[in-house]
Amino acid sequence: MPTKVKKNHRKEERSLFALGNEAVVEGALLAGCSFFAGYPITPSTEIAEIMAERLPKRPDGVFIQMEDEIASLGAVIGASLAGRKSMTATSGPGFSLMQEHIGYASMTEVPLVIVNVMRGGPSTGLPTSPAQGDVQQARWGTHGDHPIIVLSASDVQECLDMTVRAFNLSEKYRSPVILLLDEITAHTREKIQIPNRETYEIFSRIKPSMPPEWFVPYEESMRGVPPMPALGEGYRFHVTGLTHDVNGYPTSRPEEVEKLMQRLFRKIDQFFYDIQIVEETACEDAEVVVIAYGCVARSAHLAVLQARELGVRAGLLKLKTLFPFPRPAVERLIRQCRTVIVPEMNMGQMSREVKRVNNGLSSVRTLNRIDGQIITPAEILKVLQKA
Amino acid sequence: MAEVTQLIHHYLRHNKRFPHVLCPGCGHGIVLGSLVRSVHQLGLTKDEVVLVAGIGCSGRIAVYVDFNTVHTTHGRALTFATGIKMANPRLKVIAVMGDGDALSIGGNHFLHAARRNIGVTALILNNNIYGMTGGQSSSTTAENCYSTTSPYGQQEQSFDIVELAKAAGAPYVARSTVLHVKLLDRIITTALERPGFNLVEVLTPCHTQFGRKNKFKTTVDMYKWYKKNAIPLDSLSKLPQEEQQQRTPIGIFVEENRPSLEERYAAITCRLEEASK
Ligand SMILES: Cc1ncc(C[n+]2csc(CCOP(=O)(O)OP(=O)(O)O)c2C)c(N)n1
Ligand code: SF4
Repeated sequence: MPTKVKKNHRKEERSLFALGNEAVVEGALLAGCSFFAGYPITPSTEIAEIMAERLPKRPDGVFIQMEDEIASLGAVIGASLAGRKSMTATSGPGFSLMQEHIGYASMTEVPLVIVNVMRGGPSTGLPTSPAQGDVQQARWGTHGDHPIIVLSASDVQECLDMTVRAFNLSEKYRSPVILLLDEITAHTREKIQIPNRETYEIFSRIKPSMPPEWFVPYEESMRGVPPMPALGEGYRFHVTGLTHDVNGYPTSRPEEVEKLMQRLFRKIDQFFYDIQIVEETACEDAEVVVIAYGCVARSAHLAVLQARELGVRAGLLKLKTLFPFPRPAVERLIRQCRTVIVPEMNMGQMSREVKRVNNGLSSVRTLNRIDGQIITPAEILKVLQKA
Repeated sequence: MAEVTQLIHHYLRHNKRFPHVLCPGCGHGIVLGSLVRSVHQLGLTKDEVVLVAGIGCSGRIAVYVDFNTVHTTHGRALTFATGIKMANPRLKVIAVMGDGDALSIGGNHFLHAARRNIGVTALILNNNIYGMTGGQSSSTTAENCYSTTSPYGQQEQSFDIVELAKAAGAPYVARSTVLHVKLLDRIITTALERPGFNLVEVLTPCHTQFGRKNKFKTTVDMYKWYKKNAIPLDSLSKLPQEEQQQRTPIGIFVEENRPSLEERYAAITCRLEEASK
């Protein structure tokens, strides 16, 4: 159930004592989401439940509970093609079921947002315990080589902010965006500010401006992101998950295949600095840096502050964009530091990326927990003191 | 003839590289022809029609017609169609699927689309086999028929699509073969006019995969068999009991009126809007 809204004196801006999952809904509505399709699964369920209550009250808002997660993402893609900002939310097993459609959305360049509140796995695993085990699934879960945008959040306010971001990036780059949360962040209740709409820059997909006869649906351009009409607006074209030419028709001619694939990668690479979001704490003179994301980043934040008090020159790099991997930010700190520490609630899915960038420059320490328990500040502090 | 040519030019995509992918003698093209005639007869504009197709030979026909066309994933056409219809109820959404597509991998979505009564016309092009992947058995391959994955004869019982649609609650259920083109045109036209989930099953021969494996010497033999086997629903009861079971009835099986999901949803949003005033 959504919490009662308390009006603040500043017009429209409200504060709310909200769950992470609830903040996701607020963020989505703020970003202009008007379509949600989903299938219940812990610990993401509240997102669907609150959407079911809120969306029908909004002009044009549609909520539909589908028969499974494959169907949910199918419906979300359909709705996005019909011009709606659309999303779904799920957890581990449901996320696995969505993989084929994530590939479809990348290939056809359909903007949409998928929230995956991670839970312990594999399989049905630990339904109500936190984990960070889907990091590489989010990157590589679907088949084939493809770019993807994966974001994360570590507190309730950030759940809201990052959901807005997720919509903006998906619309800007015509790409599916995955928001990875963990059970702790999703189920923490905190006071947040819901700013009025003007505070945020809200981005919507660019529509074609030329007459329909001139429209080439997947044309090459400087930006690499083709304009996107909605179904029924007069720009009739073919959408297919098959490798297609600029007109959208299936092709297997090597030169056309190569062109499409290169453009899909380029449109993300080219705007890397717009997509990459990291947050640094006490990194200027740091000799040891913790690289963390999600709820672990909060533990790390406290641990870094405590370490500083003990005279350790510690810093924190919080990753808000997980993929494309924020390499420049990580690389700079690796060069500056003696040691980097990557604590995470899996066997080392993000430390793999850090080690790949590190390439022998400094020492990379890992701190892993896979027992469904959070990594505490004390645990991180201990490693910091020894580093 | 001139009229037919004009129709073709109006609806086919000029910039698509022909020839098409279907085999000579494939029934799928006839269904496409029927669909185009129905759309034309109803005076629908090309802009308001969305053709959503699954994966298989049947799924490939979407690329040739100048509607809004979405070639989706195997078995999931109805899920995309549901999203499109709920997002924009003004669109005329048609889902074209194969039998494997709609009922094997997509069986669950089929049942739920019918149950929900989402405003989509579902065309199942039933050739009793997986055409595109080379003739494996599907959930409509009849017992004792041969396929590349039932080399000793199919052991499983097959689905009756009409019965399934009825049981799931579809308010309009009809069946034709590609040889009964008048009937086919009529039931597709009716389906397109109606609200809610309308199912049209079309029996369509695939000589390349089914015929070859099941002792149909030529494509023509196969068409002859379809013609002989199908029987209008109202003539069925006139046949002796055993013969009834061997024939496939065609015609309209269910025709009821029930509000579609998008209509019911709109009623809720209206109610909520009133309440908030
Ligand atoms: C998830 C998935 N599994 C399997 C396939 C391979 N596949 C492509 S078409 C097809 C069957 C097509 O048969 P049907 O739906 O009956 O249509 P037809 O080709 O006979 O018209 C299969 C199994 C696929 N594309 N995707
Ligand atoms: S394989 Fe069968 S269904 Fe496919 S195009 Fe050929 S005849 Fe038609």
